[in-house]
Amino acid sequence: MTISNVVKQDAPSARPASRKFSWAWLGVMPFFLFTFLFLLYPSSTIAIRSFQDSKTHAFTFQNILNLLHSPLLINAYSISIRISLVTSLGGGIFGFLLAYSAIRGGLPRFMRSSLMTFCGVASNFAGVPLAFAFIALLSPTGMLTNWLRALGYNPYFHGFTLYTFWGLSLVYLYFQFPLMVLIIAPAIDGLRREWLEASENLGASSFQYWRYVAFPILLPSILGSMVLLFGNSFGAYATAFALTGGQINLVTIVIGSQLRGDVLGDQGLGYALTLGMVVIMAVAIAGYTILQRRTERWLK
Amino acid sequence: MKRGGVIWSWIWTILGILYFFLPLLATFMFSLRAKLGVLSFKAYENVFIDPQFITSFSASFIWAIFTIIVGVLIFVPTAYWVRLRVPQFRAPVEFITLLPFVIPAIVYVFGLVRTYSQPPLLIVDSPALLVAGYAVLSMPYMYRAVDTGLRSIDVQTLTEAAQSLGASWGTVLFRIILPNIRIAILSGAFLSFAIVMGEYVLAQYLAKPAFAPYLSLLIQNKAYEPAALSVLSFALTWACLGIIQIVGRGQQGQFAGGH
Repeated sequence: MTISNVVKQDAPSARPASRKFSWAWLGVMPFFLFTFLFLLYPSSTIAIRSFQDSKTHAFTFQNILNLLHSPLLINAYSISIRISLVTSLGGGIFGFLLAYSAIRGGLPRFMRSSLMTFCGVASNFAGVPLAFAFIALLSPTGMLTNWLRALGYNPYFHGFTLYTFWGLSLVYLYFQFPLMVLIIAPAIDGLRREWLEASENLGASSFQYWRYVAFPILLPSILGSMVLLFGNSFGAYATAFALTGGQINLVTIVIGSQLRGDVLGDQGLGYALTLGMVVIMAVAIAGYTILQRRTERWLK
Repeated sequence: MKRGGVIWSWIWTILGILYFFLPLLATFMFSLRAKLGVLSFKAYENVFIDPQFITSFSASFIWAIFTIIVGVLIFVPTAYWVRLRVPQFRAPVEFITLLPFVIPAIVYVFGLVRTYSQPPLLIVDSPALLVAGYAVLSMPYMYRAVDTGLRSIDVQTLTEAAQSLGASWGTVLFRIILPNIRIAILSGAFLSFAIVMGEYVLAQYLAKPAFAPYLSLLIQNKAYEPAALSVLSFALTWACLGIIQIVGRGQQGQFAGGH
């Protein structure tokens, strides 16, 4: 299909049909071959086998139905989604405040470039070392726990543990808010100073400027960035595994144990579980794309 | 900016700095406590003399080098060719390069293992599969870095000028295009390097020696050595991204000088 497209597009050109030119598509074939073998084909396997009976390979919806009727797996989705919502919201708000402070908050200029560098590093600092850093900080004998204890407040006596929902959320925030800073910075740069000046000249208060000018313009990019943050934490595996030793019921953790040995006792269910994750990610990215388009209307 | 605003800016920034540095400080302090009662670099010594550390670290290093080679060989010519000759492939190629963002690593490795662990496609034990997987994971970064580099030079004009002066395709690629996007390729390479050195999921489930799975194992068995390794790992990420920053700044200076 692609070949005939190329030929058709080239055909009406004013140049005499040159045979060499129509072979130009061959130049991108190594790329398509490589990504087909090592990305598209393995990923589509998941989608196909989700709808296959694991023994007879006949088409079936049974795997999807089994997934929807499994309290354990629904609970895993629920925890994964909740943790992603909490950390994308928290990381999004904090990251925005931080980025706005550094870019428009009246801080010295060098703060901005150092913040960007730090965020570039921190958003890449995930996985096993990150988990350990928080164990050193906030485990029952961690540095901050000891400091707080010395002040007479032991967080572990007040329901806090590092190894469950809120602890893991706190750890995820470490790579969430720097990512927010990195992706929201261009939008904040796009806020023109003239808009602030114009609204001040018209007698608007600071609150009115935010309520009627800046916030409506920034909202799509803030929401879009938060959607990316959601996907970022939804797919995280190594951090959670290293921190909890696989003891928390996240979708990624279940997929990992299904891969080590068929813990669900049903190959087809494993595929369906994995497919569900791709679907949620795809919806998130589609949402991001739509919001991004809205952003571009204002911020060029 | 009003005075109250600046105070709030400082508060948020200080909070951010604390969040950023406290875990690192805690890890570093912890890594110094390997000897009872005194602060020492004993944990670091233990790490460096552990043969498993050397094996896993050098393994990751080799994976990273091969990943960069594969990435450069596949993504640089593709990005160049798409800009020069087949712009109609731009949308599908860009869509594919962004897919690793949509498909989480654990899902990706799940598909990879299940696809390639049954006949006739039994290559799950081959190191080549791991390198190919790494190349896929670093593809969004590598491709986009190279594509950004190509955007800043006029590919069409440079190629035509070289060809009208009688240059062969080899000369065009290696003496015209590559030197002009050297910086972009380098930053893509360092990003890929940082990704592969810290990557856990792929190496773990394709059962290959690598740095991150080793660190994960160490956490379960030792106390101070993983702290030392986490500090080293952070320093490595920092170094890679720092180099990109320095190199990237050089590029801008170079362009300004050129004009």
